[in-house]
Amino acid sequence: MSSAMIELILEATLDTLYMVAVSGLIAALLGIPLGVMLYVTRPRQILAQPALNGVLGVITNIGRSVPFIILMVAIIPFTRALVGSSIGTNAAVVPLTIAAIPFIARLVEGALNEIPPGLVEAAQSMGATPWQIIAKVLLPEARGGIFTALTVTIVTLVSYSAMAGAVGGGGLGDLGIRYGYNRFNPTIMLITVVILVVLVQGFQSLGDYLVRKSDHK
Amino acid sequence: MATRQGGLFLPAHLLARTGPGATSVAQMIRLQNVSKTYFSKGKDAGVEALKTVDLHVPKGQIHGVIGLSGAGKSTLIRCVNLLERPTTGSVTVDGQELTGLTGDALNQARHRIGMIFQHFNLLTSRTVFANVALPLELMGMKKAEIAERVTPLLELVGLADKARQHPAQLSGGQKQRVAIARALASRPRVLLCDEATSALDPHTTGSILELLRDINQQLGLTILLITHEMEVVKSICHRVSLISGGELVEEAEVGDFFTAPRTQLGRDFLNDFLELEPPRALIERLEAAPGPHSHPVVRLAFSGDAVSTPLISRLARECGVDVSILQAKVESIQDRTLGLMIAELMGDADDTRRALSYLETHDLQVEVLGHVQRDD
Repeated sequence: MSSAMIELILEATLDTLYMVAVSGLIAALLGIPLGVMLYVTRPRQILAQPALNGVLGVITNIGRSVPFIILMVAIIPFTRALVGSSIGTNAAVVPLTIAAIPFIARLVEGALNEIPPGLVEAAQSMGATPWQIIAKVLLPEARGGIFTALTVTIVTLVSYSAMAGAVGGGGLGDLGIRYGYNRFNPTIMLITVVILVVLVQGFQSLGDYLVRKSDHK
Repeated sequence: MATRQGGLFLPAHLLARTGPGATSVAQMIRLQNVSKTYFSKGKDAGVEALKTVDLHVPKGQIHGVIGLSGAGKSTLIRCVNLLERPTTGSVTVDGQELTGLTGDALNQARHRIGMIFQHFNLLTSRTVFANVALPLELMGMKKAEIAERVTPLLELVGLADKARQHPAQLSGGQKQRVAIARALASRPRVLLCDEATSALDPHTTGSILELLRDINQQLGLTILLITHEMEVVKSICHRVSLISGGELVEEAEVGDFFTAPRTQLGRDFLNDFLELEPPRALIERLEAAPGPHSHPVVRLAFSGDAVSTPLISRLARECGVDVSILQAKVESIQDRTLGLMIAELMGDADDTRRALSYLETHDLQVEVLGHVQRDD
């Protein structure tokens, strides 16, 4: 294999890692609070706001129901306004983030739902404010579940990022399609798939480790 | 199971603030006309979980509320710290009316009311130490101060050596001890116990109840507990209320309740607790009305002086009846002794009638369960 080829593979791997890391990080920063909001604004919850909860739920569901490839092209004007371009790695980060936010939010909401209601009740009996309950009870108790949610999201982002080629985003998926498929190079195809498998395995193992470490049940 | 040798270890600063105020009869908990109705969507009529409940617990007392599941116990105790906001009525704790409070003022008031739960409700993500520290963190206390407060509490409940463990590593009884330490951390005036021993085995229940009694006596802490177990009421409560269908149907000193419950439900609880039922074969032969050759079967409850009087032999001598004892039991309830007996009075109709009136004049409860026909 030529050194140019190796360089291409390396570059594509870094592009994938960049897209996954940046979109994963931003989506976590926005998705976790959204997940908490979805949970605490439910009826009979600590910050019950049924109307707001309904609106957030609908928005989240819309985000979850649009197929990623369609989302990517549908928000091109928004992407251009945000990062100044509709092609390239940065342009791919925008739809990846938008897709991951509701994904994380629903998973976090599910993780919070696993917490026995008695723990919140106990905190309330101690005079905890809703914010104290979120910070000292809900988030720490759901830590394992939140790590699981982030791991699932990262793995999903790795696979979504393979579609980023559609907007010239680069990355391993793009490399596999252009060189492996369009130019009939099975070696490149195999290498990109192997690298993707290794990445997913790595993220999953890291996630499992964090979940185990935070689980005292 | 941690064992605690000898008396209760009590740090001086815990005693200093709340000595047992035996002379004070101030009301610590006061529920007036409290009702709670749950309304659900699309239905006009709500479910009445509590109907006009009045409850007064003086300072330093252990008051039990006993009832079957669904009777409203759980709603009642949650109305005291407003985990459930009453639909009507007022709740006053330590002279402060809570029903008028919301937000921060209510949270401040809750710092003065500790609560423990059937399923302990400890945070799995925190160590034992950090669980006890939680209420203090919520109050905004400094770290060093928290450590000073938490360590003596863990010693108090006999778990100082478990400070760095997580709740999952503890037994049920140990978890409840941690929960008790946590509930005491903010130095409350009142402790609410929500079926605190219902998830524990009988032995562990005993040790938790002992701890609660020690805390009550040494810290002068007022305790309101709800339970479905007569054992709990018998071993630590001073007064007891019986709840049924969202209403307090009977209230009495524990000694009185166990010797002379005034309601049928009270008697049912007592009989279940004492397991003093006539033998099954006899129940089948019992008839409500006396027949030509029948003998009454009676349940006798003795208390006070009656326990030590040789009533049965006197009955035989003075009324000329033979007494066949079918079941008998003696229970100590606090400083009272309670004797219970199921007996058949054997004699002719006049003699047995005389025997019954003799018994009734001797300060004991007589209940005629029925009559058995005699073949002879």
